Amino acid sequence: MKHLRRLEDQSVYILREAYKHFDNLAMLWSIGKDSTVLLWLVRKAFFGHVPFPLIHIDTSYKIPAMIEYRDRLAREWRLNLVVGQNKQALAAGMNYTMGRDVCCTALKTQALKDLIDEKGYTGIILGVRADEDSTRAKERYFSPRDKHGDWDFRDQPPELWDQFKTTFPPGTHIRIHPLLDWTEINIWEYIKIENIPFIDLYLDKGDGTRYRSLGCAPCTMPVKSTAKTVDDIIEELRATTVAERAGRAQDAGRGMEMLRKKGYM
Amino acid sequence: MSGVVTTTGQGLVVSGAEEHFNIVIVGHVDHGKSTLVGRLYAETGSLPEGKLEKVQAICRQQGKEFEYAFLFDAFLEEQEQGITIDTARTFFTWKGRQYIIIDAPGHKEFLKNMITGAARAEAALLVIDAWEGVKEQSKKHGYLLSLLGVRQFAVVVNKMDMVGYRQDVFAGIEKEYRAFLQQFGAVPERVIPVSAKFGDNIVYHSQAMPWYEGPTVLDLLSSFKKETASADQPLRFPVQDVYKFDVRRIIAGRLTAGRLRVGDSLLFSPSNKRANVKSIEAFNVEPPPMSAEAGQSIGITLDEQIFVERGEIATHPGNLPHVSTSFKANIFWLGKRPLERKRKYGLRIATKEVECEVVAIHRIIDTTDLNQQQDGTSVNRNQVAELTIRTKSPIAFDIASSFEATGRFVLVDEYDISGGGIVTEMVPDEQESLREEARRRDFSWVKGEVSVEDRAKQYGHRAAVVLFTGGRHTGKSLLARKLEGRLVAEGRHAYLLDGENLRRGLDADLSEEEKGLTAEMARRYGEVARLLIDTGLIVVSTTNPFGLAYREALEAIRTLVHPAPVIAVHVSKTAEEPPPDTDVVLSGPVDLDAAIKQVMEALKHRRVLDESLNAKPTPQYSI
Repeated sequence: MKHLRRLEDQSVYILREAYKHFDNLAMLWSIGKDSTVLLWLVRKAFFGHVPFPLIHIDTSYKIPAMIEYRDRLAREWRLNLVVGQNKQALAAGMNYTMGRDVCCTALKTQALKDLIDEKGYTGIILGVRADEDSTRAKERYFSPRDKHGDWDFRDQPPELWDQFKTTFPPGTHIRIHPLLDWTEINIWEYIKIENIPFIDLYLDKGDGTRYRSLGCAPCTMPVKSTAKTVDDIIEELRATTVAERAGRAQDAGRGMEMLRKKGYM
Repeated sequence: MSGVVTTTGQGLVVSGAEEHFNIVIVGHVDHGKSTLVGRLYAETGSLPEGKLEKVQAICRQQGKEFEYAFLFDAFLEEQEQGITIDTARTFFTWKGRQYIIIDAPGHKEFLKNMITGAARAEAALLVIDAWEGVKEQSKKHGYLLSLLGVRQFAVVVNKMDMVGYRQDVFAGIEKEYRAFLQQFGAVPERVIPVSAKFGDNIVYHSQAMPWYEGPTVLDLLSSFKKETASADQPLRFPVQDVYKFDVRRIIAGRLTAGRLRVGDSLLFSPSNKRANVKSIEAFNVEPPPMSAEAGQSIGITLDEQIFVERGEIATHPGNLPHVSTSFKANIFWLGKRPLERKRKYGLRIATKEVECEVVAIHRIIDTTDLNQQQDGTSVNRNQVAELTIRTKSPIAFDIASSFEATGRFVLVDEYDISGGGIVTEMVPDEQESLREEARRRDFSWVKGEVSVEDRAKQYGHRAAVVLFTGGRHTGKSLLARKLEGRLVAEGRHAYLLDGENLRRGLDADLSEEEKGLTAEMARRYGEVARLLIDTGLIVVSTTNPFGLAYREALEAIRTLVHPAPVIAVHVSKTAEEPPPDTDVVLSGPVDLDAAIKQVMEALKHRRVLDESLNAKPTPQYSI
C-alpha cells in the first residue's frame, strides 16, 4: 500500500503546483477510471474541494451509460462541468467511418482546442498514464502545447526534481499529467483502498464481458472477462498479457503518435 | 531463472508490486542502452503478447535488421534515425518489485532529456561500449549522475561480443572508468560485462565469459536498495501554498525531510514566524493523522493565524536552514543561449521562486578531463560550472550534501527551465549580522493575544514601512508628512517616524562619532520601526538621518523589519539610478498630489491596502 501512497503524494504535489501557477485551469474528465481517480486526487489535494471546472469532451458517440453517469455525478457532487462538442463537424455528419484518426481529431482534439480557445484555459489537467502507450511513455508531467495545440516531442522541456514548466508564452498552454507514473493496476488498487465510486461498465454483469478502457461506442470493444468486483479486476490484471487499450481502435499502427502530435489527449 | 514476471510496459499490464523502483539507463550514444532494455524485457517475459513479433515483422517489411531498441523508441523519427530522442518510462515487475525503467537518450543533443530522466531515478545503469571504450558522454553522464544525486549505480560494459569477449579489454575499461569516477568520489556497485545483442549476462550468465563470476544485470537490479525518504533527518517542510477553501486555513506542502507531529513548534524561514501545529488535515482519512514524514504531501493548520507564504521553509527550532541572498553552486546549463553574468534569471529552490543573477563564474568544469579548469564569463549549453548566485531577496535553503531537496535548484531563463544545480556553500552577505539579530529577536519575541493578521483585519490594512530615499533637499520630509496626513484622513493607522526624534532621545547616549556610523544608526532605527510595525501601523519615514548613505540604510531597515514590506520611494531633482527594488521613482519637480497618488497605488500593489482584508471568502466548487 505504501507504493500507492507515494504515487498519491506525487500526484497531489503536481496538482497543487498546477493550481498555484495557472490562473485559468481546468481538468479533463472522461468519466473513465483514470480521470475519476484523478478527480479523487484533486479532492485529496484540496481537502475535499474541486477548485476548477471539469471539462468533458462529448463526441456524441460515447457509450450512453457514460453520459448518464456523468450527469448524475455532476448533479450529486455539484461539479462545475463544462461540456465541449464540435457541433459543426457533427452537423456535417462526422463519424468514424470517415477514418478513425479523422474522426478522433475532429470530435475530440478539435473540440478540446475550440473549448480551450473559447475559455482561455492556460492549464489542462489530464489523466494520461505512461504505461498506456509508447508516446505517453515519453510525456512530461507539465507538457507545453503551442498556439495550435500541437505537441513538439522533439524539444520537450527539462523536468528536474519536481520543478516543472509553469511559465509559458501567451497563446500557448500546458498539459498537466499527474498520473504519469501510475499503471493500470495501480489505478484499480487505489480505487479499492480509497473506495472510489466508478462506472460499472468496467465490470462483468453476467454476459462474460466488460470494458477495460472506455471511449466512443463504435470504436471501443469490451473484453472477455468475468471480473465482477474490483478484486476480480486486480486478480485478472495480474495474469493478463493483453494490452489495456487493445479494445481501442485509434491505437492501431502509428495512430496514437500522429493523433497526439496534433494535440490529442 | 527464478521469480515470476507477470507484466510489461508499453501498453501492457504491470502487476501490483508492493515496491516501486526507478532506474535510469544512461551512457554515450549508440552504446546500446535501448537494446539492453529491450533484451531485459524480452528475456523476462515482460513484453506484450505479439509485440516482439510485430516489431520484427515491421523490420522485415522495411528491410532492416531487427533491434531490441525498436521496442521502446516510440517515435517514427527515433526508429528512422536509430536513436532515442526522449526519455521513455517503461515498467516491469521482478521478484515483487515494480521497476520503472527510464531509458535516457545518449546523444549530446538530448542532454536535457537525459537529465530529466536521471533526476527521477533512484539508481542508474551506465552503459559503455566495449568496442568504442569510454567516450565523452560516458564521462559526462557519470559526472552528472553524481551532481544529480544518483548515488547507486552500476557500469555495464556492452557489446562484449564485438571484442571477442576478452577479459583484458573489459579490465582496461573498468580500470580507466573507475579512475575517472574516483576523482569526484563516485563508486559503482558493480562493473558488468554484457552483450545485450546476444543476451550475455543480462538475464542469464554468459557461457562466453566464464571468467566473469559476478551478478547479471537482472540480479544487480534486485540488489539495489530502496532509499527511504529522509525521515530521520531534521524537519524540512517547504510551504507550497496556503488554502482557505472553507473555515480552515491550511498550509499545504510536501515534507522533504524529517517528521512533523501535531503540537510541534514550527519556525518559518526566512520570515522568522513561529506557531504550533494544531492539526494535520486530510481528505478521506479517519481518524485524522497525528504525524507525517518525509515524502508526504500534507496540509496543516496552525494554532495562530500567522502570515506565511509559499517558498518559506518550516523547521523545528533546533535546526534551521541557511538564510542569505548569496550562495555557491555547481550547475549544469541546458539553455538555448549561454548563461551570462549580470543577466536576470528566475531561481526556483524547493517552492521558492525569486529573481537572481550570477555574480561570479569561478570555473567551467571540463567533464572529460576534470583536472582542466577554464575561466569564463559565460556558460554554454551542456556545460557544467561552479558559480556564485545572488538573489533579489533573502531565501531559505540548505547545502545539498546535507539536505538534498532544499539544496538544489533550477534556473529559469524567460519561460524555460535552462539549468539546474546544487548548493555547495552559503555565502554570508552584508546583511548577515542584522539578519541574525532579527532572527534571534523574532524567535524569542513575546507575543500578546492579538496576531498580526487580527490587527490587519481590524485596521483594514497591513503594517508596512514607507521609506522616502534620496539626496538632501529633495523634499522627502514634506512628502512623508503629506502622506501621513493623507493616510490618517482615509482612516488608516499611520505614523511619521522622524529620524531627528531618535537622535535626541534613543540615540542620546551616543557620541557624535558614533552617530556618524550608518550601520549602528540604521540598526537602532530599524528596531524602532520593527516595534511600530508590530503595532500594525503604516510607518512613514525618510532616510534623512543617514544623509547620502541612504542605500545602505534602506537595506538594513529591510532586513530588520522583514517580512513586513518596505515601500521605497526614491526622490531626486534630476533623473538618477534609484536603489534596487524601488517601488516609486519621483524625479524632477514633484507634483505633491500626483506623487501621493502614486505612493497610494504602490501601497495597493504591495497589498498593504487590500480590499480583500474584509471581504468574504470566495465560494469554491465542492463535491
